[in-house]
Amino acid sequence: MDHSGLGPPTPSQPGPPVGLAAPLRPVSRATAGRKRVDAIAKWVIAAVAFSAIAAVVLIFAFVVREALPLFFSPEVREEVTPESMLFAQAWKEGSVPSYSWQPVSVVPKYSLAPLLVGTFKVTLIALLFAVPLAVLAAVYSAEFAPRKVREVLKPAIELLAGVPSVVLGFFALIVLATFLQNVFGFTYRLNGVVAGMALGLAIIPVVYTVSEDALVAVPRSYREAALALGASRARTAWSVVLPAASPGIFAAIVLGFGRAMGETMIVLMASGNAAVLSWNLTSSVRTIPATIAAEMGEVVVGGAHWSVLFFLGALLFAVTLTFNTVGSWYVARVRRKLGGMTE
Amino acid sequence: MKLHPHQRANLLFGGLTGGAALSILVVLGLIAWDVLSNGLPQLSWEFISKAPRDGMTAGGIFPAIFGTVALVMIMTLAVVPVGVLTAIYLHEYARQDGLPARLVRGAVYNLAGVPSIVFGLFGLGFFIQFVGGGIDRIFYGGDVVYGQPAIIWASLTLAILTLPVVIVATEEALRTVPREHREAALALGCTRFEALLRVTLPQALPGIMTGAILAVARGAGETAPILFTGAAYFLPHLPTRPHDQFMNLGYHVYVLATQSPDIEATKPILYGTVLVLMLVTVMLNVVAMTVRSRLRADRA
Repeated sequence: MDHSGLGPPTPSQPGPPVGLAAPLRPVSRATAGRKRVDAIAKWVIAAVAFSAIAAVVLIFAFVVREALPLFFSPEVREEVTPESMLFAQAWKEGSVPSYSWQPVSVVPKYSLAPLLVGTFKVTLIALLFAVPLAVLAAVYSAEFAPRKVREVLKPAIELLAGVPSVVLGFFALIVLATFLQNVFGFTYRLNGVVAGMALGLAIIPVVYTVSEDALVAVPRSYREAALALGASRARTAWSVVLPAASPGIFAAIVLGFGRAMGETMIVLMASGNAAVLSWNLTSSVRTIPATIAAEMGEVVVGGAHWSVLFFLGALLFAVTLTFNTVGSWYVARVRRKLGGMTE
Repeated sequence: MKLHPHQRANLLFGGLTGGAALSILVVLGLIAWDVLSNGLPQLSWEFISKAPRDGMTAGGIFPAIFGTVALVMIMTLAVVPVGVLTAIYLHEYARQDGLPARLVRGAVYNLAGVPSIVFGLFGLGFFIQFVGGGIDRIFYGGDVVYGQPAIIWASLTLAILTLPVVIVATEEALRTVPREHREAALALGCTRFEALLRVTLPQALPGIMTGAILAVARGAGETAPILFTGAAYFLPHLPTRPHDQFMNLGYHVYVLATQSPDIEATKPILYGTVLVLMLVTVMLNVVAMTVRSRLRADRA
């Protein structure tokens, strides 16, 4: 908001008055001091505000900086290069090329494939578990729930967002893993399904909240038109409101995906953390964030392993940033679109 | 009783969606019940006032509570002024459609989406290696004092992580202050800064407090960013200097749950710690949510 037109009538220029803007009385020393404080405050506030931009830039710069030796340092490149991280390597003379993540062995192996597949698997399970539950719950709360129920449901799910992820990880590790193994007879107690389900719990709030916002934003007139044409409330919700809100729900899923990919403590505690390249959902998996968390404590500062872990961090940063940007762009678009139609 | 097809469809779909909502609440309830029923018997004065004994299988968690409180206090000192000033800039000073405001808003939004483990990497690369290492070179002749994991670096890392929480809450609080109040102050001869200090900020204070509480709740529950920026598994002394390491509730839960040689022996302590952590974070969230809904109701 710009209040500059509403300022006090005394001009701030101490110099000789020009034309009609001459002051009615001379500016006292006290007023000049207040003016100076006001001007300083303005600059201090603006300067501090740019710290948010500085933070994002610094995060990117410093995470990438530590990953650069992978590209430019001959010592590090003797052990690992971006190419050797991407493609299958023959780890011994004459052996079949394979993907392997074993950073602390005689021949350190840094294939990203097992970690990428692991991250993708766990994220997928989390989405499969969380999206139907969260979207249906959002439909209930926007279309069917009585006001009283809605007033309990919304804060309760928001409260789930306030549960620390280390607590969800603990719950998955101690309670959920045993329960699921008893029911399904998993070979490994800690596996992708256990971690994925706990991760799903962590993203239910964001998927629910964004979906619900999108559903509520659908103009009343849509519903009234459908009901007037003789559609049931269920039909209206399914065939009219849901499609109209679909970009917002898509955004919710994208935001949930970004959140799930970057979540650390839950997968670190509940996934078993074995870096095996397998599409089996019930095998033990290791994700990118969990790898960083588990291995950063023991690496040599500035070594090859250190650089690889920072490279993984930069990758994670870039991918989640992309997902968040796409998600927010869709949220803004659906708001503009539906908002424009009600006018 | 014969139902109209519409009624049947409504019952079916309403039941399906309601069932989904209910099952989320049930899971939330199960977690709360499991933690409460196993953790409550553990809570005692000794548990929250004594240090761990016998390889973490007995004693209390006082150092972890102390470390968490100290951590979020330093974090709050750093994040609240910066967050509040940024929100003031966005809402009171910047032109809404101008490039600077758009850039700051975009940065805040992106900051909120950065994975917490990346904040940990940043804390390690920037605060510990760059800033801490720099301080050591200049003031300590290269001795490692600040260039290692410490509570000050963990707090500052968390401060950056919680910055969006404070900014968003403060902006919402500023939005609730009627424009006329600012204009009245300016018409009476206040400078912009005086109007802000004497009229706008006092009215926005409850909303700003809400933001600070939410930030504290978030900071107290985060574990990933402090894994390698200062949290320690066990320390014989409480942290007293900025470059000391510290124990932390979330990290304590992680270590007890994953690195205990005898999980059955540590389980009671583990559940007690989880309960304390949940009580702290959930209660802070409930307080913040109540204040916020009161404020919204007042405005409506």
